[in-house]
Amino acid sequence: MTENAVEAQGLVKRYGPFTAVDGIGFAVREGECFGFLGPNGAGKSTTIKMISCLSPVSWGTLRVAGLDPRTDARRIKSQLGVVPQEDNLDEDLPVRKNLEVYARYYGLSKAVADTRIDDALALFQLTEKAASKIGDLSGGMKRRLVIARSLVSEPRILVLDEPTTGLDPQARHNVWQKLRLLKARGVTMILTTHYMDEAAHLCDRLVIMHRGTILTEGNPHALIGQHAGNEVLELRMEPEERAPLLGELGAIAGVTVEEVEDLVYVYGAGQRARDLALGISDPGRAFLRPGNLEDVFLRLTGRGLLD
Amino acid sequence: MTAFVKQPDLSAGALHVWQRNRDVLLQLWKSEFVAQLLEPPFVIFALGLGLGKFVELDNGQDYVAFLAPGLLAMFPMFTAVFECAWNSYLRLDQGTYRAILATPASIDDIITGEILWGATRSTVNAAYILLVAALLTPWLGMVDSPWAILCVPVAVIPGIFFSAMSILFASVAKAMSQFGYFFNLVINPMFWFGGAFFPTDSLPAWGRVVAWCIPLTHATALYRGFITGELEWSMAGDFAWLVVATGITYLAALWSMRRRLTE
Repeated sequence: MTENAVEAQGLVKRYGPFTAVDGIGFAVREGECFGFLGPNGAGKSTTIKMISCLSPVSWGTLRVAGLDPRTDARRIKSQLGVVPQEDNLDEDLPVRKNLEVYARYYGLSKAVADTRIDDALALFQLTEKAASKIGDLSGGMKRRLVIARSLVSEPRILVLDEPTTGLDPQARHNVWQKLRLLKARGVTMILTTHYMDEAAHLCDRLVIMHRGTILTEGNPHALIGQHAGNEVLELRMEPEERAPLLGELGAIAGVTVEEVEDLVYVYGAGQRARDLALGISDPGRAFLRPGNLEDVFLRLTGRGLLD
Repeated sequence: MTAFVKQPDLSAGALHVWQRNRDVLLQLWKSEFVAQLLEPPFVIFALGLGLGKFVELDNGQDYVAFLAPGLLAMFPMFTAVFECAWNSYLRLDQGTYRAILATPASIDDIITGEILWGATRSTVNAAYILLVAALLTPWLGMVDSPWAILCVPVAVIPGIFFSAMSILFASVAKAMSQFGYFFNLVINPMFWFGGAFFPTDSLPAWGRVVAWCIPLTHATALYRGFITGELEWSMAGDFAWLVVATGITYLAALWSMRRRLTE
């Protein structure tokens, strides 16, 4: 039997009177990519910090690689690669030296470190930047370097806190591609994100967190099917048309309708809903698209601004 | 509340943090070294020879010779303070410590590595000043005894003390601008009243009490004994004072940084 890479039961984090994580439970399997989704302040980063032994557990049990962060932080950390939300590269050292110094914290010999650093720099297309100052790198390069840095210890578990926040689309896709490659090599990955397409691209399973609790758990496709349906219809129409149409749409089995200011979302739309939608006075204002994780997310966590 | 007295959680990580700082210095050595090499001779000439002409000490000693142990205490203090107050705060602020914490290194490793680094630079600085004073001795008569060589190993203790004290301050500072308080209220009074520029026994009684509380006074007294070769039992007291203060300050720095870095 293979043990889970990470396991939590009744995990709690309190900061004074504030409860950031409120008794969550989850299990990350060896070799999978597991996502924590949620709006800002949901408790994702706090959970990740407890897993990476940066933040002490207030209550509950947590096992990382079978070990307890309270007593075995060093042994856990030697098996983790951590990509924090902020690029905390060492600004005082050039690119390659950053990785050399980092490898030393893991107690790697110079020879082993040199090979791994060459590989990591090549993988992230940073070989030519080896002698550059950190300040001269673009945002995308810094992010790639942070991920490259997390790989020099050849981690069994890679923990990524919002790995692509702030990157342009090219850089994001580039990072995703590298992460898929690492996953194919068997690295267990745990990531937080509020990009739904990122979660859909990368995660085998995910949880959606809100106010410190887990709202739902599953693989992205199943969650979409369950909470949004395969097709979503977005409608904008005149107020006088609205009430009768909503009544008819709502009567169709398996369809849910949500009104958000001037927009109407029809989840789980099928042939019948589509026909009805084409009957509105300006069909150009009807838009049919596949259901996605964003629908699931917004339906579960609500549409109000959270901070 | 984290316990104040707790066995420090140390590993080779402390050494790796020290090596990190050494590597950074080796990248920047040109700009870092020049100022440090020039300042002690400048001060010896300006204060020792310039000002010294107007100063007559009770024991008939030349002022420049009186000044030597003071410089040996003072410059290394500033070295440790700059390294472990300003530079450590920068590393704290720019996330360097958090990056290291994600590796097997512990908070205690990081802070101990930083303090050892500050102490290293401080001790190297002391050795350099001793060398300058020794080289100028044929003309200025600053170093009278081979015991002076003991200043170098002993300098490790105040080096650790001033580094730990600076880290302690960095751990509670909310912004760089607050270092003005540290410098003006803590370091500057030590600089002036730590027995480097005038004999503290010329002070009134209360002034001598103040001077006794200043760590620099004890470092100066030790160096003065070694440089003149006039070893006294009171030096054992000075040494003990420094060792105890250094131990307490080190534990306080660890405790305070654990509070600062634990999320």
